[in-house]
Amino acid sequence: MSDIDLRRRNFLKTSLGAAAVAIAPGMLLFDAAHGKSEAASSKVRWGMLIDTNQCKSGCDDCVNACNRENGLSGGTGPTDSQWIRKIEIRDVGSGRELSLPMMCQHCEHPPCVDVCPTKASFRRADGIVLVDRHLCIGCRYCMMACPYKARSFVHEPLHDQNPDVPRGKGTVEACTLCVHRVDQGLQPACAEACPNKAILFGDLNDTDSEISIKIRSVASVQVRADLGLNTGIRYQGL
Amino acid sequence: MFPAHADSTVPRLDIGKGGQCVKDAQWMRKNHMHLLKHQRDETVRKGVREKEHSLKNCIECHASIKDDSVIAREDSFCVACHRYEAVKIDCFECHSGTRKSAWLQRNTK
Repeated sequence: MSDIDLRRRNFLKTSLGAAAVAIAPGMLLFDAAHGKSEAASSKVRWGMLIDTNQCKSGCDDCVNACNRENGLSGGTGPTDSQWIRKIEIRDVGSGRELSLPMMCQHCEHPPCVDVCPTKASFRRADGIVLVDRHLCIGCRYCMMACPYKARSFVHEPLHDQNPDVPRGKGTVEACTLCVHRVDQGLQPACAEACPNKAILFGDLNDTDSEISIKIRSVASVQVRADLGLNTGIRYQGL
Repeated sequence: MFPAHADSTVPRLDIGKGGQCVKDAQWMRKNHMHLLKHQRDETVRKGVREKEHSLKNCIECHASIKDDSVIAREDSFCVACHRYEAVKIDCFECHSGTRKSAWLQRNTK
């Protein structure tokens, strides 16, 4: 009698377990098949904290990762697109040298958005500043307005773009904070590629996120903070 | 010029894997551009990445089995009709016309 009961209990236990396993991958499959249906939320503000002490002079892994991810040529001429650059700076007085990556700072009050005549330049709810290339007429006002020289103009026809990163001649473009990766729950390519983990990516609005905790505990600055743009990219040790 | 067919004057196109996931073919012939235009604004400006109406997802099924593209040949999925109707497509000046899997194969070392 008790023997039968035991077997029944075991049967129920194992079948419940099997059901749970079957449902979980099913839900994952549903997500993968239908994409992300909710819009970017203003509860989130994406940003980065770049630790210049960890950024090695001469290393350009972040730049290469960006070029590879977004299909940039890697050229540095006046007509080549550069979404992220490595900058070496030297204090004349003390001789202190620093190396850091510079890209679109994803401002809360972006001058590029203010000047855009077609509203192609815009700031997404989650703080990512983008160019809607469907509306961009290539006037390049935003390139002149940007204090960080972050934007590039595409001068030549392009072929074989990354299906996730459409780019084309006659429009302005800049760092998208790898929006196509962020929307999938991944990190931007540069943050992932940095061998010293100098680029910390996360949600500035979430007080428990790694980036918020670090910004609370170490001194960080915004580049050209005097302009009051409230950038999403912060620098430590600058 | 669109190659002349002995039996018909309608465009012959390579529909790739094909199949129906949004609406029937006649409805799609007439209205696909409205869906794409609506979806592009939702995706770019709001970050909604629903697959059903995304250009990338259309290409996933409709790219040719032979060359993984919707624009590579005269009878490719997008080109055949657009050539026939003499309507220029701007999409692929920026967007890729190939399957992501094919692009990855070409671009990973």
